[in-house]
Amino acid sequence: MPPGGWFSRHKPESDLPEGLWSKCERCERIVFVRDLERNLKVCPHCDYHHRLTAWERIEMLTEPGSFSEWDADLRSSDPLGFPEYPEKLEKDRQKTGLTDAAVSGCGSIGAHRVSMGLTDFRFRAGAMNSVVGERLTRAVERAVDERLPVLLVSGTGGGASMYEGILSLMQMPKTSVALARHHDLGLLFISLLTDPTMAGVYASWASLGDLTLAEPGATIGFTGSRVSKQAQAHVGRRPANYQTAEFQQDRGMVDRVVPRKDLKATLEKLLDWTA
Amino acid sequence: MPEALMKLLDAKDHPLLSVEIGEVNRMRRHALDFEKPIAEVEANIASLKQITEGIGEDRTEEIRELELLLEHITREIFSNLSAWDKVQMARHELRPYTMDYVRLIFDDFVEIHEDRHFGDDPAMVGGMATLDGERVMVIGHQKGRDAKERAYRNFGSAKPEGYRKALRLAQMAEKFRRPLLCFVDTPAADCTVEAEERGISESIARNMRDFALLKIPTMSIVIGEGGSGGAVGIATTNRVAMLEHSIYSIIPPEGCAAILWRDPDRAPEAAEALKLTAEHALRFGVVDEVIEEPMGGAHRNYDETARRVKASIQRHLSELKGLSGGDLVQSRYERFRRLGEWYEEGRASIAVAGG
Ligand SMILES: [Zn+2]
Repeated sequence: MPPGGWFSRHKPESDLPEGLWSKCERCERIVFVRDLERNLKVCPHCDYHHRLTAWERIEMLTEPGSFSEWDADLRSSDPLGFPEYPEKLEKDRQKTGLTDAAVSGCGSIGAHRVSMGLTDFRFRAGAMNSVVGERLTRAVERAVDERLPVLLVSGTGGGASMYEGILSLMQMPKTSVALARHHDLGLLFISLLTDPTMAGVYASWASLGDLTLAEPGATIGFTGSRVSKQAQAHVGRRPANYQTAEFQQDRGMVDRVVPRKDLKATLEKLLDWTA
Repeated sequence: MPEALMKLLDAKDHPLLSVEIGEVNRMRRHALDFEKPIAEVEANIASLKQITEGIGEDRTEEIRELELLLEHITREIFSNLSAWDKVQMARHELRPYTMDYVRLIFDDFVEIHEDRHFGDDPAMVGGMATLDGERVMVIGHQKGRDAKERAYRNFGSAKPEGYRKALRLAQMAEKFRRPLLCFVDTPAADCTVEAEERGISESIARNMRDFALLKIPTMSIVIGEGGSGGAVGIATTNRVAMLEHSIYSIIPPEGCAAILWRDPDRAPEAAEALKLTAEHALRFGVVDEVIEEPMGGAHRNYDETARRVKASIQRHLSELKGLSGGDLVQSRYERFRRLGEWYEEGRASIAVAGG
């Protein structure tokens, strides 16, 4: 890990306000931006793991210069003609510099070439539409062709995108059948759950890892209470840490909650063990 | 509304309107708003028949007229159903449910209750059966008909143990090389705290992955509500058919309206935007066949609906019969692989759409 400069390449995409200091999103204490970035965007006061962009994540996990992007030319076609969808996509393209909510490609983690797919919460809350499903599926298919391990990193608020309706829903079985083939060949799939991982994403590829890791404090669950009356009715009966990474580890759904600073080393060990 | 019907309905003192007849009255009681004219004419026909047969007063001429009228208004109403009307049809309280199809299509059904992990889930049923002598495995969501059964069946929302039971039965079907048939009818998977605690997401994801690898012919039929993850959890199959007035959707229209406009009352608008009808699912390549329902909908004629569903099942199974286990896995892969729609920047045309 180089001291500082982790996210130098993609600074303009940062979620934090410009300036020398900023407020932690959880504890609201003042943090120097430089300290925060040196600390991998983890709050030095309360340990809150601020969301990373897909490119920050790639920079953090892969060896410098090793990552090459795939399928950057795919674009959503607004198949439903959904009201205001193209405008919303365009706005997020401008805001993030991304073409859609997932980035995929091949990079090295330690000595291992890994096929990777990452969703980025800043783009349409990381929702899975046809482009996201297609990029992830192609990443898994390339891993099948080249017998590579797969690492998928989720960060998705709403799960599958409402704006592409049934076609977004079909990205759940689509990514799952691709992972089935990868699984059937005895290849390794690591799923890394980051804040937030919900609904159709959590109920498809994000839950299919041989190993499922999660970042501390990440929100991980099936249904948010806004979507369903049934879920709302249960609000009072929830454990305090309901739908967090720690809750999911407690219930046996997450294999290991890993602090961000240990992630790369942990991934390397797991890749070494299975290679 | 046709004039003759208006006249009939206006005649408040018409003695026939007060006649109560079981089945027809049930239709009337549960009629959706747009179905009401149909239910009224049906009630009148039934009354006239009763008079004709009961007290020997010949009303056959009127009956014939009303039957023509009935056909006319039913056709008219059903040729103009909105997406929201279809949502209502898919959720209709009288709509045939999984166990109705089991009773009408299959023989020798032996229900199996276990998931081997936690417990039985009445919202997901399954077991062994025969289909004209051929041995098959049947699974499906099950809704309840009255208040008590609805609660028992959790409104057709299955929990992790339901999905795990489904997978266990699917893999047992594979072990004994029997085709698997899945009836899809759920508003959504269960989203209570207990479902979350037992891994509802993992159970759905696991089913999609492991259904993908089954070396047997598999088919699902959306008979009512194809509710999001709850539906795909048992619908990653070689063939997917859908009844004409069923829906297949990423989110209930009420939920969509709540998110988009913070107003669940705009659900009809959301239903339109979501393109959740069978017609759209076919166009997008999400389903392979739309099974036409009898005039007036599946609930007006269980036997005929079941006959059509059975014919569809038999046709698809016979088409899949010649394929090896490997070919079944491969063609299933390709079927789901191509779903979605996007384009490649720099190319003129849209790359894909269903098939
Ligand atoms: Zn803090």
